[in-house]
Amino acid sequence: MRPVAHAPSRLVRGLILGSIGLVFAIPIIAMVEFTLRRGLAGGHDFSRWTALFQGGFTGPYRSVLVALGNSVGLAVGTVAIVLLLLVPTLLLVHLRFPRLRRLMEFVCILPISIPAIVLVVGLAPVYSVLARVAGSGVWTLSFAYGITVLPFAYRAIQSNLDGVDVRTLSEAARTLGAGWGSVLLRVLIPNLRRGILAGAFISVAVVLGEFTIASLLNRITLQTALVVVSKADPYTAVILSLLALTFAFLLLLVIGRLGTVRTGRRRPITGGQP
Amino acid sequence: MLLFLLVPTLIAVGTGFVDETGAFTWDTVAALGNPVVLDAFANSFGLSAFTAVVGAVVGALACYGLLGAPEDGPLRSVVDSLSGVLAQFGGVMLAFAFVATIGIQGLITVILRDSFGVDIFADGVWLYELPGLVLPYIYFQVPLMIITFLPALQALNPHWAEANATLGGNRATYWFRIAFPVLAPSFLGSLLLLFANAFSSYATAAALTSQGSQIVPLQIRSALTSETLLGRENLAGALALGMILVMFVVMSGYSVLQARAARWQR
Repeated sequence: MRPVAHAPSRLVRGLILGSIGLVFAIPIIAMVEFTLRRGLAGGHDFSRWTALFQGGFTGPYRSVLVALGNSVGLAVGTVAIVLLLLVPTLLLVHLRFPRLRRLMEFVCILPISIPAIVLVVGLAPVYSVLARVAGSGVWTLSFAYGITVLPFAYRAIQSNLDGVDVRTLSEAARTLGAGWGSVLLRVLIPNLRRGILAGAFISVAVVLGEFTIASLLNRITLQTALVVVSKADPYTAVILSLLALTFAFLLLLVIGRLGTVRTGRRRPITGGQP
Repeated sequence: MLLFLLVPTLIAVGTGFVDETGAFTWDTVAALGNPVVLDAFANSFGLSAFTAVVGAVVGALACYGLLGAPEDGPLRSVVDSLSGVLAQFGGVMLAFAFVATIGIQGLITVILRDSFGVDIFADGVWLYELPGLVLPYIYFQVPLMIITFLPALQALNPHWAEANATLGGNRATYWFRIAFPVLAPSFLGSLLLLFANAFSSYATAAALTSQGSQIVPLQIRSALTSETLLGRENLAGALALGMILVMFVVMSGYSVLQARAARWQR
């Protein structure tokens, strides 16, 4: 790959990323060190980790596992809302109704102007009505989460949409005889995959880390369960936090890798036909 | 959409204007003039502004550092994932992380105390108060800046750099005459987004400070859950109204800047 003309030199890049990376590693290292402490006697060992895993997640920590299941289910539901509702809507507005763009942007960014802590003041009455209709299952939170992830998903997808000349691409494809279905699936979505994936990334991360709405509506999710555990046993809470952070990191890494692997496979095929 | 965004907002704002019997009143809104509430707003404002500026500058620097890295390369995937985790997944767990780092028995606290004789808590423990929020907030602002600003930086047209070189410009001309003016709206837009993010952030503060309500979101928590202040139930609504007003101004600015940023990305 030819280096971009305005990119920094190797040395400058290493210096910048190295120093920022180092500072950002400190709290994580501190968390690891904290979990390895052996109480007042000093020294370090893995006793707290082995104690947690030998007990299995049965005893007092079973609730964390249940809560994690709840959170993952909510993340799947929220990403489905983003992919099935937001992506087609944004494309439609961009291609067919460009006049609605400012309105669309306003609506999508609106939830960030309405902090979760404010939303929860008004959500409580809405959910008490909803509980009568649909029950008070944890899954109902995904509607509220669909709203809270909207600005982030919108920004990710829209900035990709702005960087790609969607109109020319789709007109070219239409001129060459493609139907709207194949324009969408074979031209637009592959070109927008980075934005769409980024939108999905950030949605999953938001839902897995959401605390405000869940805690003030008394739903059990990963974060509310962690706070409960931390009151009784801070060491275990930090261990579980590390595991949760690692889990989320790996999850996002896998989703990102899936995107690049798929395109990496496709590229040689199209490139192999001169 | 309507049910889960507009209705709760209207209820939240509406409760600021009614008293316990449901009659219209200005009294709860007048409570926004209370010195304690004004202090909370000032604290929130200062904290958000400071962490947004620091986060935006450091984050933009990190974006610049990432510019040369191949988009599909391992470095980019790791940074993308890490940023996603820290910016949005952090919350409660960042509070734990900073207790382990600069808490009373935190790693850095202990190292500074035992090896350098520096007691960072010489003037009292500030981690669980307002100053303690600064470092955790910066810790989630920088990754958010990377997420929001990197696409704009990446969208810089390489032809501009070539055109600049062809016309006899050097690196400085490129950055100061071309890149910075083109990027300025995106940068300021991201800055406002960071401010809004810090202003509305609740989880880290809630997990870190169990007593006192020095910033607005914590005041709303105590107004929502408090059982001691009878007759003040609707204070949460009034505080919510105040927050929405601030956010409205910030996000209007953001919207204007985004429109300008889009000019170069068509």
